[in-house]
Amino acid sequence: MLKIKNLHAQVEDKEILKGINLEVKPGEVHAIMGPNGSRKSTLAEVISGKEEFEVTEGSIELDGEDLEDVAPEERAHKGIFLSFQYPVEIPGVSVTNFMKTAINESGKAKGLEDMPANEMLKLIREKSELLEIDRKFLSRSLNEGFSGGEKKRNEIFQMAMLEPKVAILDETDSGLDIDALRIVANGVNKLKSKDNAVIVITHYQRLLDYIVPDFVHVLHDGKIVKSGGKELAMELEEKGYDWLKQEAAI
Amino acid sequence: MAFENNVDVEHPVHDVRSEAIKNFEKKGFPSKKEEAWKYTSLNNLQKIDFSIFPKEENALEYKDVKKYFLHEIDTYKIVFIDGIYSSYLSETTHDGVDICLMSAALAKPMYQQVIDVYFNKVASKDESLTTLNTAFSREGAYIYIPKNKMPRKPIEILHFATGNEASLMLQPRNLVIVEENAEVQIIERHQSLTGNEVLTNSVTEIFAAENGIVDYYKIQNDSHTASLIDNTYINQKDKSVVRVHTFSFGGKLTRNNLNFYQNGEYIDSTMKGVTILGDKQHVHHHTLVHHIEPNCESHQDYKGIYGDSATGVFNGKIIVDKIAQKTNAFQQNNNILVSDKATINTKPQLEIFADDVKCSHGCTIGQLDEDALFYLQTRGIPQKEARALLMYAFANNVLATVRIPELKTRINKLIANKLGVNLGFDL
Repeated sequence: MLKIKNLHAQVEDKEILKGINLEVKPGEVHAIMGPNGSRKSTLAEVISGKEEFEVTEGSIELDGEDLEDVAPEERAHKGIFLSFQYPVEIPGVSVTNFMKTAINESGKAKGLEDMPANEMLKLIREKSELLEIDRKFLSRSLNEGFSGGEKKRNEIFQMAMLEPKVAILDETDSGLDIDALRIVANGVNKLKSKDNAVIVITHYQRLLDYIVPDFVHVLHDGKIVKSGGKELAMELEEKGYDWLKQEAAI
Repeated sequence: MAFENNVDVEHPVHDVRSEAIKNFEKKGFPSKKEEAWKYTSLNNLQKIDFSIFPKEENALEYKDVKKYFLHEIDTYKIVFIDGIYSSYLSETTHDGVDICLMSAALAKPMYQQVIDVYFNKVASKDESLTTLNTAFSREGAYIYIPKNKMPRKPIEILHFATGNEASLMLQPRNLVIVEENAEVQIIERHQSLTGNEVLTNSVTEIFAAENGIVDYYKIQNDSHTASLIDNTYINQKDKSVVRVHTFSFGGKLTRNNLNFYQNGEYIDSTMKGVTILGDKQHVHHHTLVHHIEPNCESHQDYKGIYGDSATGVFNGKIIVDKIAQKTNAFQQNNNILVSDKATINTKPQLEIFADDVKCSHGCTIGQLDEDALFYLQTRGIPQKEARALLMYAFANNVLATVRIPELKTRINKLIANKLGVNLGFDL
């Protein structure tokens, strides 16, 4: 479904991704781990099409289609979703109105009419229950004054609404207490199907206890230096990243 | 002339007016040579031959102007058509509070005592446009809220210009007095219904006694041929709260001179503004907060979005007197320029003579946050719509302190409309 081949990217003449290869098939969960500054978030943003980064070599394909020169919103329409590490606050725009705009814009791109208000409300109710989100929360301004946990829960709520093919969760576990972590992870697991895929970016094993990966990749200095099964995550939790850095240096 | 039509010739107000005429003759219109008028020129307006007193009265049907009222809720209304009071469109009261006409307050002996104490007391005696208004004003709103009272509903002051004259100059004069523990909410709007030139030179005096609360909202969304010079003077006593919100969404030239004088302790003065302009429109916000006593606060937050060849000015002056210790004065002016031809001049002026104060000011002129833009795009919102949405959010930040929910919704919609944002408010 998502095929990344020899991906190189740079920002202001500085190479930041140095030849990434990654294939994600429908139904799979991939975890990308790695120390601070290993470019995990950069990879997520490049996949989502952030214009600040220039792809200099290699390609990203979604269902066989090259995403080069495809704008972030079009990538979203095609089924890529990024749950942000630091979601942006939008005062004056309620969660509901924001979701309505997002859903209808995606619909418009597919040549669909705006979703009728009652259908929209039903969908919002259904998905918000999945994330145990309170009704009142939906009329609040997007992310404004939200706690860390509320922001992350809201990200996964948006994911539930948009039903992406490939969801990238960038440090969704950071800033979450154990209850919020469980709610968020349950939400993600309920949204999982044989037709979609999830890429979990995280520092720690913690989230992977709940969202169990099929593959674990370790990113270091813009390259995947090791891949393995879920046991690799446990090994990292135990041994840290230094041994991998040394291995990579050799 | 002016109030003389119905005010006893012996009334002391006539002395005030003749002095004002003298002062205006001395000073004349302000020119760009004066620091305060460096960025706003009245030259073009002075070339127009304005008629000061319209020859005939005009009438309007409520259904034709309904949209300019906050019709979603019940309000008191003081309405003027071409400067003349429209009893038909108005709803005034003397039931416990006085919400009526300036001319009536000046004419009736029962108001004499209040007029003597408050009329032309906080307004400047030498600022030329204020003296011009003092000299020639013929009508306006008179609002008196006695101790411990609050009117049942907000008050709307509306001025319509119908285009009866080729070019019309209006000089409304408002007096608002809120006694101890009293409270009032006022919405003021000037609306030209014509392509003819209109120039309004308005003066409003506001007095807030101990623990008084005043919320004053100015909606400036006028036509391309309507100009407004608003001079508002506010005198606050101990523990009073006065908040002025100015929404500038249109008009040819708009100048807001907003002056706060804190004559007491534990006072809160708040000035907020949203400006969204395009074409060749010009708005100048000129604020003054004078901290005269200790332990007071002032909050200023002005946001501006300028497109096309629009020009904006923000000049915010804060004076903290030597005895005004423990003053907290905050000032913020953030601007976004959407076009290469739009300009903004922003200038904070702080004169602080006390040593134990907290004062901060910040001006920004910039573009939209690229990270925020990316966030919206990843949700499938196209760049153009995402930009509009972010501008909406930027401007909307100021609305948190608007205390009339229906007005807040109305302003929300005006902002969305102005920026071409479709948020589907029906949901």
